[in-house]
Amino acid sequence: MMEKILEVKDLNISFHTFSGEVQAIRGVDFDLYKGETLAIVGESGSGKSVTTKSIMRLLPPGNSEIKRGEILFEGKNLAKLSEKEMQKVRGKDISMIFQDPMTSLNPTMKIGKQIMEPILKHHKISKKDAKLRAMELLELVGIPKVEERFNQYPHQFSGGMRQRVVIAIALACDPKILIADEPTTALDVTIQAQILELMKDLQQKIDTSIIFITHDLGVVANVADRVAVMYGGKIVEVGTVDEIFYNPQHPYTWGLISSMPDLDSRGKDLYVIPGTPPDLLNPPKGDAFAARNAYAMQIDLEEQPPMFKVSDTHYAATWLLHPDAPEVVPPEAVVKRREYFLSMNGGK
Amino acid sequence: MAEKKVLLDVKNLKQYFNQGKSNEVKAIDDVSFQIYEGETLGLVGESGCGKSTTGRTIIRLYEATDGEVLFRGKNVHGKKTKAEMLEFNHKMQMIFQDPYASLNPRMKISDIIAEGIDIHGLAKTKTERLEQVYKLLETVGLSKEHANRYPHEFSGGQRQRIGIARALAVQPDFIIADEPISALDVSIQAQVVNLMKKLQEEKGLTYLFIAHDLSMVKYISDRIGVMYFGKLVELTTSEELYENPLHPYTKSLLSAIPQPDPISERTRRRVAYNPSVHNYAEGEEVKMREVKPGHFVLCSEKEFHQYQQQLNNN
Amino acid sequence: MANIEKSILQEKFQPAIIDAAKSEELSKPSLSFWQDSWMRVRKNKAAIVSLVILAIIIIMAFLGPAISGKKADDQNVKHANLPAKIEVLENVSWLPFDGTMVNKAGVEIDMYEKKSVDEYYWFGTDSLGRDIFTRLWKGTQISLYIALLAAVIDMVIGVSYGAISGYFGGRLDNVMQRITEVLTGIPNLIVVVLMILVLEPGILSITIALSITGWVSMARVVRAQVLKLKEQEYVLAARTLGSSHAKIIFKHLVPNLAGVIIINTMFTIPSAIFFEAFLSFIGLGLQAPAASLGTLIEDGFKSLMTYPHMLIFPAITISLIMICFNMVADGLRDALDPKMRD
Repeated sequence: MMEKILEVKDLNISFHTFSGEVQAIRGVDFDLYKGETLAIVGESGSGKSVTTKSIMRLLPPGNSEIKRGEILFEGKNLAKLSEKEMQKVRGKDISMIFQDPMTSLNPTMKIGKQIMEPILKHHKISKKDAKLRAMELLELVGIPKVEERFNQYPHQFSGGMRQRVVIAIALACDPKILIADEPTTALDVTIQAQILELMKDLQQKIDTSIIFITHDLGVVANVADRVAVMYGGKIVEVGTVDEIFYNPQHPYTWGLISSMPDLDSRGKDLYVIPGTPPDLLNPPKGDAFAARNAYAMQIDLEEQPPMFKVSDTHYAATWLLHPDAPEVVPPEAVVKRREYFLSMNGGK
Repeated sequence: MAEKKVLLDVKNLKQYFNQGKSNEVKAIDDVSFQIYEGETLGLVGESGCGKSTTGRTIIRLYEATDGEVLFRGKNVHGKKTKAEMLEFNHKMQMIFQDPYASLNPRMKISDIIAEGIDIHGLAKTKTERLEQVYKLLETVGLSKEHANRYPHEFSGGQRQRIGIARALAVQPDFIIADEPISALDVSIQAQVVNLMKKLQEEKGLTYLFIAHDLSMVKYISDRIGVMYFGKLVELTTSEELYENPLHPYTKSLLSAIPQPDPISERTRRRVAYNPSVHNYAEGEEVKMREVKPGHFVLCSEKEFHQYQQQLNNN
Repeated sequence: MANIEKSILQEKFQPAIIDAAKSEELSKPSLSFWQDSWMRVRKNKAAIVSLVILAIIIIMAFLGPAISGKKADDQNVKHANLPAKIEVLENVSWLPFDGTMVNKAGVEIDMYEKKSVDEYYWFGTDSLGRDIFTRLWKGTQISLYIALLAAVIDMVIGVSYGAISGYFGGRLDNVMQRITEVLTGIPNLIVVVLMILVLEPGILSITIALSITGWVSMARVVRAQVLKLKEQEYVLAARTLGSSHAKIIFKHLVPNLAGVIIINTMFTIPSAIFFEAFLSFIGLGLQAPAASLGTLIEDGFKSLMTYPHMLIFPAITISLIMICFNMVADGLRDALDPKMRD
């Protein structure tokens, strides 16, 4: 069994807005193991960004509140640390990279200086040594002509290269956890492919664990070891990447997988999840997905489903997995995938 | 294929920004293609390739530097009277990318949708106008109650549907969709795409679908054009593009797309594109050539023969 | 994360009846832009208090002269230099409204008794025996007129100029901007002096001076916003629908500029008020015997050491007006600035 490096238990986070309390995260549990890449998938409003920002305690203090729950890292509960203590963790043990490479870097500061910043803050080394380390990092992330580039400003780099610099900054102190919040969403397909290759390569070299947030299932299939699917502020399904793609159990995951066109979808209507995500100002009583769920049962409207075990690594929060629930046939796309997987693996 | 009528004929379109100056940008560099009635032509490429600029130039949001855009035989550019331009606006419409910026935040939904109706005088009384608005809302899957609301109360997918309703209000024949689903969540993308397909069948619409997400483009398009730095490098049917990509850039693009299929992802190898692989000699003519019926590739004479060879070997 | 071995009634597993249309419903009540903004302004206590004070001042500007029972120009030299005296309040010893003064010897003297005056002058009288209370409010009327004038000029000239310049861009924009640059280059004072050469000093020359230069900052701000907004997709959509330029500017751009326009106007008003007062103070604005806050301050200034009440009342009034407008403008900016929305 792999070593657990982060444990999030029963996390509940709310935002206090003009119109009332928005329950953005309503009970999230997950673990992160050493050296793995955990993908968190979800759509807007699902809470994936809020979850990771809360790990880094980057939520606006004025109107956000961690109502309940623990974030356990190296024996400490990050949810309860003071700002000063958190500053020692950020950038050093846990780093984060964001979506927009245009705004992630300070436009008025040279690149080299920005990479040196976390190194100097967290380690007691000389400026000279920090500079050497920074140049090492630039090389590591594949930026050519390091000497020249070190003294340049962000606007002199392309989007893809900026994202590489952002990764370099994040990895400067060899963090144990790297949180990547949609790092390739704003990039072109070919650049995205390069960055994903780079991240996988670096993970091998530095042995860091990655939490990768995205809404692109293709990217998930490419990078993830395990996947957590979020909806309406909760994790609705979690499993290994194969389990999620070839044997999903939650109707929402079915919906996601089926709404992507595949090679022979042409001519047919795409499977559609009707409606829109729930209003977390007034979360529905039962399962948040019930209103859009073609497989919803009476109980979905009344009670939130607990996590049901599918295998040691695979759990899904749907009443369909209750021993008394009726057998249902998932959408065609999902059935085909199960068959495909079985054929590739000679039966599971 | 039955004899199809050409709805839009783009001929040698050029869009140069800051022409002649040191920061000249050839956003569209001599692009030609045709769109047939009732079909969906997908236009793909990465940022800076000029696909959005092409769409906007066709509808004359930008003035073309050179070339022609013939809509049913009439040039959209050049000196036009107000009435002639209105005629184009009537028949050609656009759906935009950003659901948060494409609706005027200070206007009610009914006014947003009815703007075209007002301009072209398609409703004679207030009741008629409202009736048309309600009908359009229903067509896109929304309800009458939404007419009195403001854009900020709707989600991205709903706003995009309102944008579609606005475009449909003037009963166009041709709609340019400029990255209409890029800013939407995956499950919402399917909603919008299904809606667009339904509308195409019901109303006989023709689409130019500009996007960078190849899987969706392949699903909705009959033919696809691939753009690279202002040039059209390959143009053919969707199936053909995926089965027999010829231009090295197309191959590179296709190889870079991650598929939601972990088993294939583990073995996928990406092919990078290097423009110098063409090694064009000085004065070599590089143009769009029909390598196979309906399959065009931007290439030199030499490459043309190479590609034909490749296809024959398949 | 374990199976809950709860026995659940079989009927609970029946398919639920879901109304798909329900999921498209909007639950929150519809708030228009103004309702939303007003809710935000309400939260800013300083702005609300300022609004109330301004409301009182405006009312008094018209009510004041009516209730005082005296005329602004009536001179009565026998009643000159009287300190303020208000009925009822005169009995409160620590308020300065008892008609007494402290003379050089440190002795408090009841000036009204001394000069055998029966009437009450609520804010006292000036060196010519004119009632300061009445003159103060008359002066405030002038300030308010200036405020209104500045606002109208800003909104009509400033907005149109900026919107047209920004929307059409290119050559037209270049020319229009060069013109504004020339106009800002000329100090307001010079324009006023030029007007005085042609016309007489007074409200007309001030009006013309403001009309020539007062709208420039609004034009600049509007132009900057228009440059930003005209690339927004909803403007592009209006163009593809075939909308005319005028319609686009007035239906699409201006309503989205409302916030910026109001904020800018609110900030221009106090400076315009001050401009008039200052001119009157230095003698280039309204002339005696006209009552403007500026002339009152000028008169009072001369007797600052001996009869401070003549300066204090108009000084407080003009300060209050300017501070309140600035507070309200601040509050509005916080409320209307879209970037500060939740």
